[in-house]
Amino acid sequence: MATDSLQQYQDVVFDQGRSPWQDAWYRLKQNKLAIISLNFLAALVVIAVLTPWLAPYGYETQNLALGASGPSTAHWLGTDIHGRDLMTRLMYGGRISLMVGFAATAVSLVIGVLWGAIAGYVGGLTDTVLMRIVDILYALPFMIFIILLMVVFGRSLLLLFLAIGLIEWLTMARIVRTQVMNIRNQEFVSAAIVTGLSHWQIISRHIIPHIIGPVIVYITLTIPSVMLLEAFLSFLGLGIQPPQSSWGVLISGGVETMEEYPWLLLFPGLTLSATLFALNFLGDGLRDALDPRATRD
Amino acid sequence: MIRFFLSRLLQAMPVIFIVITATFFLIRSAPGGPFDADKVVSQEVIERLNERYNLDAPLHQQYFDYLSHLIRGDFGPSFRYTNRSVTEMIGAGLPITFELAIYAIMIALIIGISAGMLAAVRPNTAQDYIPMSLAMTGICMPSFLLGPLLVLVFGIWLQWLPVSGWGYSPGDKILPAITLGSTYAAYIARLTRGGMLEVLNQDYIRTAKAKGLSTSKIIFKHALRGGLAPVVAFLGPAIAGLLAGSFVVETIFQIPGLGRFYVQAAFNRDYTMIMGTTILLSCLIVFLNMLSDLLAVWLNPRLTLDAKH
Repeated sequence: MATDSLQQYQDVVFDQGRSPWQDAWYRLKQNKLAIISLNFLAALVVIAVLTPWLAPYGYETQNLALGASGPSTAHWLGTDIHGRDLMTRLMYGGRISLMVGFAATAVSLVIGVLWGAIAGYVGGLTDTVLMRIVDILYALPFMIFIILLMVVFGRSLLLLFLAIGLIEWLTMARIVRTQVMNIRNQEFVSAAIVTGLSHWQIISRHIIPHIIGPVIVYITLTIPSVMLLEAFLSFLGLGIQPPQSSWGVLISGGVETMEEYPWLLLFPGLTLSATLFALNFLGDGLRDALDPRATRD
Repeated sequence: MIRFFLSRLLQAMPVIFIVITATFFLIRSAPGGPFDADKVVSQEVIERLNERYNLDAPLHQQYFDYLSHLIRGDFGPSFRYTNRSVTEMIGAGLPITFELAIYAIMIALIIGISAGMLAAVRPNTAQDYIPMSLAMTGICMPSFLLGPLLVLVFGIWLQWLPVSGWGYSPGDKILPAITLGSTYAAYIARLTRGGMLEVLNQDYIRTAKAKGLSTSKIIFKHALRGGLAPVVAFLGPAIAGLLAGSFVVETIFQIPGLGRFYVQAAFNRDYTMIMGTTILLSCLIVFLNMLSDLLAVWLNPRLTLDAKH
């Protein structure tokens, strides 16, 4: 296999030349765990999107006569105390968990990238002020604030996105700023300025392509931490509100009855852990692939 | 050194002040008050309660009153538990949370550093893969899942350890400490591995090898000090995270510590209790971050305290 892939590698390199993105994709494909994770996550997303058509039962369909039952051929993952199919509930819960993960990450992405890019590109006093604000916010005990926010303003999904996104953008801003600053001081940017390119052209042609790599890596690492935070809040009873559910809500419910019906805890727990696993492995793999010089941790 | 402390203290002041102000106005702007909970009471009683706890004054007046009490070290009375002051309750909860955090961080350091060292000494062998996969599991297994699972296995199925409590029966501190510490053990293992791998490639390690020093001497005397730098930098945020994590662990194991007080106070709209715990936790977090920066310099003399800019 080693000689085969080496041959392929040489063929591509010597015959056509490769863009940095092809290079990165090639390195990523060498990492089996990352590829397995990528497929697993893709499957999860597809299932989440198609849940209303795929789910074997209705989301609220109860079978009180059946009650809580272990895994069987009719209900692969068993049922809860109201006789609701656990697999169906996991699928619907996954929609919410993934949505929170993506949406809150998107919020943090927009704020963090803009903030960091402005600080890094403009520099000077603007940079100092913007980064001081980040430093101060870093020191705030955010977990405490989120708990307060959720208690005080009720448990709306929108607030959850915003609250989580508002914490997570800080690191993104720092990463982007450092990256932008490094690139801004490179000679090819000076050359671009000399040739009379506008700021917008410099940003879109020279800066953005260079920061996409680290940003993608950080996104894959932010999504699991966001999902974890959502599950944490749901566990404390502060996250998603019934009748909606998320994996965190299912775990929290499973804990209450784990003595009698352990599968109600085990399956949601396993699903959440496997997803976090996959996201972390993919993040590690992407980091190795997109930035070969960076060391792990 | 003194300059460092003073400048960090000056930086900490606005942070703490923002925390106090933001928390104060945030909880007051919440719908619902501390006295409209379970019992139906007459308007008159509510008015009298509001008067007693200074809730009838204009908001800015309440704010300045609170600040002036705070400066004198008075957190005020708890709104929820009559006749108990917030200071008293914090005094009861803090030592427990502290003890839990210390056990957890000790577990995390011992397991994390040994696992990371094992992995770094023979990278890309089974000795590396097994501890590192375990570390990944630890990171992906949140405390609110690990805790109940441990209770289920060791408390209910095997009946080796008590399922809840703190100091009531022998061994009841073991499961909470492991639950709280495991995630951090995992992070520390990964950081130790990374740090050690980098140090072990340095020239001075090759020199030490060339001198004929034994492997254990090289690792413990020369490599560990540099290799642990990332771990030390992580300790400040880790302990801050531990304090936040104690919300969950104290809730699962029914431990009467600060984290559980905080969550209950937030649900009960116990204004003064929320303020007290928030201020205390924020100060702790700021202080611990300062401490971990100091430690980082002590471990790596090439860094200086002022060189951050």
